[in-house]
Amino acid sequence: MNLQVEMEHHRNILIVRLSGELDHHTADHVRMKMDETIQRGLTDHLVLSLKNLQFMDSSGLGVILGRYKLIKAKGGKMAVCDVNPTVYRLLDMSGLFKIMPIYDNEGHALSGLEVVS
Amino acid sequence: MSKEKAMERNFMTLQFAAKSENESFARVTVAAFISQLDPTMDELSDLKTVVSEAVTNSIIHGYDSDPEGIVTITAEIVGDTVTLTVEDRGRGIEDLELAKQPLYTSKPELERSGMGFTIMENFMDEFEVSSEPGSGTSIKMKKRIESKKALYN
Ligand SMILES: Nc1ncnc2c1ncn2[C@@H]1O[C@H](COP(=O)(O)OP(=O)(O)OP(=O)(O)O)[C@@H](O)[C@H]1O
Ligand SMILES: [Mg+2]
Repeated sequence: MNLQVEMEHHRNILIVRLSGELDHHTADHVRMKMDETIQRGLTDHLVLSLKNLQFMDSSGLGVILGRYKLIKAKGGKMAVCDVNPTVYRLLDMSGLFKIMPIYDNEGHALSGLEVVS
Repeated sequence: MSKEKAMERNFMTLQFAAKSENESFARVTVAAFISQLDPTMDELSDLKTVVSEAVTNSIIHGYDSDPEGIVTITAEIVGDTVTLTVEDRGRGIEDLELAKQPLYTSKPELERSGMGFTIMENFMDEFEVSSEPGSGTSIKMKKRIESKKALYN
């Protein structure tokens, strides 16, 4: 599958790095991987790094919004970082930045979430 | 560029099974066809995105993920303008106005965001949907490609 999910905990913050192409075909895989880890505990907040994401469409928006609802229902916060211009336009169009912050890189995202948590 | 050259026409047709693994095949193929216009990276990724949106809609909504369904894409280049059509012979759309509303989705249980039509409308210069409940849906979209060459001249 042309999509890789890399995950790492930084205390209670789960960092998820996506690389490859996030579309309808790969969305279920990403969703399953992330939910498995989130349900296992340890995760209060979520940082989604899109640095190496080469392609994303509305299926990706669905995955992001779905994880946002999950984290929010548990009282946590979510942020995205390292977003390329095309993906930025998609996120902006869908109103995503009204509900979650965007950061330049993982470091900024982590300190941003640590401040609010 | 001479006038005849500017109005040169080229086209292609692509037909494939309504399977999600064909989504990336469809967008890569269309992008390869359009690369003869020397588009910028941004233009190419816009085109890939709209192909992905329309094809995904045909698979999920048109055919309810039945792989027996057939999706047809045509791409036509006239001068510096690309016209894309994406067609299915699936269930069709009852209420087009409602379907085109940003954030409207008939399949929230599949975690759809309801942004597909809005994205196609925004990324292309022209966008048109025709649909007949029970017989299928056809999306027609146009975009003028500002070739990279033109930027340097
Ligand atoms: N090819 C099609 N056949 C039948 N119905 C369609 C088709 N394309 C779109 N629709 C209908 O129009 C609605 C809106 O489509 P749109 O692409 O904007 O959102 P979505 O597919 O539901 O969500 P998203 O694209 O964000 O994943 C769909 O929910 C569906 O009801
Ligand atoms: Mg859609």
